[in-house]
Amino acid sequence: MTNKPDDSAPQGEAPAKPAASDSLHIGTDEWVAQHTDRQEARRGAVAMLAVVRNRLPAPVLWGVPLILLLLFPMMANGYLLRVGVNLGLFLMLSLGLNVVVGYAGLLDLGYVAFYGFGAYSYALLSSNQFGVHLPTWIAVPLVVIASAVLGLLVSLPSRRLLGDYLAIVTLFFGEVFLEFLSAGDTISVPWAKEPVNVTGGANGIVSVDGWSLFGFEFKTNTPYFYLLVVTCFALTFGLYRISRSRVGRAWRAVGDDALAAEAMAIPVKRLKLLAFVVGAVIAGLTGTIFAGVQLGVYPTSFDMPLLILLYAAVILGGSGSLAGAILGGAVMSLLPEVLRQPEIGEALFFVVLVIGVFKVMGAKRGAIMAAATFVVGLVINAILALSKVPHLATDDWAQSTVGHVIGPWLFVPADRMLWGNIGFVVLIVAIATINRIPRRVRALFIPLLLWLAIFVWMVRLSPEASLTRQMVIGGVLIVFMIARPQGIFGKQRVDIV
Amino acid sequence: MNYLTQQLVNGLTLGSVYALIALGYTLIYGVLQLLNFAHGDVYMVGSFAGYFTMIGLGGPQNPMVPIWVMILLMFLAGMVVSGGLGVMIEKFAYRPLRSSPRITSLISALGVSLFLESAVLLLFGPKIRNYDTTDYIPIGTGIHIGGVTIEPMRILLIVISAVLMVVLILVVNKTRLGRGMRAVAYDSDAAVMMGVDVNRVIMLTFLIASALAGAAGVMVGLVYFTINNYMGFLAGLKAFAAAVVGGIGSIPGAVLGGLLIGFLESLAAGYLSPNFANVITFAALIAVMLVKPRGLLGRSAIVKV
Repeated sequence: MTNKPDDSAPQGEAPAKPAASDSLHIGTDEWVAQHTDRQEARRGAVAMLAVVRNRLPAPVLWGVPLILLLLFPMMANGYLLRVGVNLGLFLMLSLGLNVVVGYAGLLDLGYVAFYGFGAYSYALLSSNQFGVHLPTWIAVPLVVIASAVLGLLVSLPSRRLLGDYLAIVTLFFGEVFLEFLSAGDTISVPWAKEPVNVTGGANGIVSVDGWSLFGFEFKTNTPYFYLLVVTCFALTFGLYRISRSRVGRAWRAVGDDALAAEAMAIPVKRLKLLAFVVGAVIAGLTGTIFAGVQLGVYPTSFDMPLLILLYAAVILGGSGSLAGAILGGAVMSLLPEVLRQPEIGEALFFVVLVIGVFKVMGAKRGAIMAAATFVVGLVINAILALSKVPHLATDDWAQSTVGHVIGPWLFVPADRMLWGNIGFVVLIVAIATINRIPRRVRALFIPLLLWLAIFVWMVRLSPEASLTRQMVIGGVLIVFMIARPQGIFGKQRVDIV
Repeated sequence: MNYLTQQLVNGLTLGSVYALIALGYTLIYGVLQLLNFAHGDVYMVGSFAGYFTMIGLGGPQNPMVPIWVMILLMFLAGMVVSGGLGVMIEKFAYRPLRSSPRITSLISALGVSLFLESAVLLLFGPKIRNYDTTDYIPIGTGIHIGGVTIEPMRILLIVISAVLMVVLILVVNKTRLGRGMRAVAYDSDAAVMMGVDVNRVIMLTFLIASALAGAAGVMVGLVYFTINNYMGFLAGLKAFAAAVVGGIGSIPGAVLGGLLIGFLESLAAGYLSPNFANVITFAALIAVMLVKPRGLLGRSAIVKV
């Protein structure tokens, strides 16, 4: 009896309610629904990228890059084409890893082993190693099937392993594979007297056949580039469709919370296996192309640094985002190339430094700091010139335009290694301790720090390009994870408790 | 028989080193649930610190101080440098990420590892350094067991690592800091509410773990002589495997796992195939993981929802 009035009251008002809040619908998550708007409402370069991605019509978004890429080999020289081929390979790998890590949330630290498996299997099936020369259209599908089987074999026992334990087992698997490659030139088999050379050991397998399809032989990098453009686009499109499909949604559910997904009757284990196998297949396929491009396979191509770069690409782009995997892959593949050339590397260093200073300090203080750094440089120049430390003239050390411009301002001692090393250690210590200095005094030290950074970069780091890029990549990973843990295109996870 | 004894001694030596590094992994995983991939590189830096201390004191040929003091100082330098490095890594690379998804600190750890390896290469060059102590450090004559002479340096190494392990177990089980560590490992949120200074506990955990790795680095130099900037990766991986097989988060487990891997590796190298020692070791570890996914001494975690 008493309940009745209460029940009837909302019923009476019910028609008015939907009108009052038009946008609220039962069954949609408002937070998710507003995601695009929220993304676009933000400011900054990343949001602009997101706007571009969301607003451009699909034909433009897909067609323009495709046309540009098809024209690329006509304009590029041999080096650029090779960089393009490497980029294509890397993009395929990062797309594949994105399925495993991004969609399904599986920490697969043996991913590179599947890449190596694809490359070595292809090499064994079409080289003089065992005198087998299968045609490409047979070898490649065989390798892809074998990769799928291997992926299944590795993931099948691991399906009861959660989180970190899966990472550990796959890491061991990757390491076993790598050791097997480098020790596989002396495998004792019961039926042979001499140890059999399977993988060629540290020397790898040379003289692998290139691809040849429909009577067309892939002799230069150009056909491989076109092949990679086609496969990358096909892969992206396929993964885009998959990510929107039932399986893709289920993967993401598993990745977000496997326990909750299982409660929703999603076949978690089967989906995990599927993600793993899809990753393995993509990596294996990429491996066959790689072996064809290289015309040889070596164990060092499949070691830890590649895995780090791939993870960096996927996480940097935003785990689970296709655009992110592509952008991250492009950045991580091109960054080492860019840093290899002092001309671009030094310019990039100054651009990043200036943007960093102005971003952190604001326009006014940033300008003051820049001016102060300039003065500090002049003062140090004068002091060191008096101290009679032997130093180099600009033309003797400058490798790039930037070097020539700042040459007169920067003091470069003759013993670059010694002074550069000292500067490097001091710089690291200074960065580590700058927060300990009281805020008011700190401003005085920043120009010194900036000068030291420039000094170390120009004197020691820039000439050692191969080491520097490793260090830069390591540093970028740390800084980026702190600044933007969800990646460029990633969605920040919202935990509703 | 002699051969077996020799291999067992090798295994024990290797195993002690792995166990020391594995203890660091396990401690850090225990408090932070973080796979600290930079730990192997911390060990490498410790080894370099020991080496340069030795060179700074005049080298093994004509030391400026008595040989015992020199060895002591080398250990001290390795532990202090590594410990300091560990604290810095925690502060700059892991602490800002504590509330982020787990994978971000993993990536950050990989970044630290890459950075350290190339920084050491930049500073000290690609030259392989040699402790070169065989002929110059006369510390006793060694022990004869079953026709095999155990070098004095190996005995020293085994004793030192045993002492460090006992000290660590005492610290974790008997002191206030150890109680804090166990509390944070069990439930860091609850530990905060109980008045545990979590930041301090984590910092000290990194200090201890990294100092142990530094000691292991110096030991490896003293017994196996050559060190280089990439030595951290494989040793770190094996120590990590040791921690995992023993049951990550468990201190006796790390010791057990370390010794197990040491024996496995030296026996596989001695009896099966030196080239495939690592393959066999890791394959055996995968097998252990599949039979006992939580490791030999690990507790099975029950997640309540």
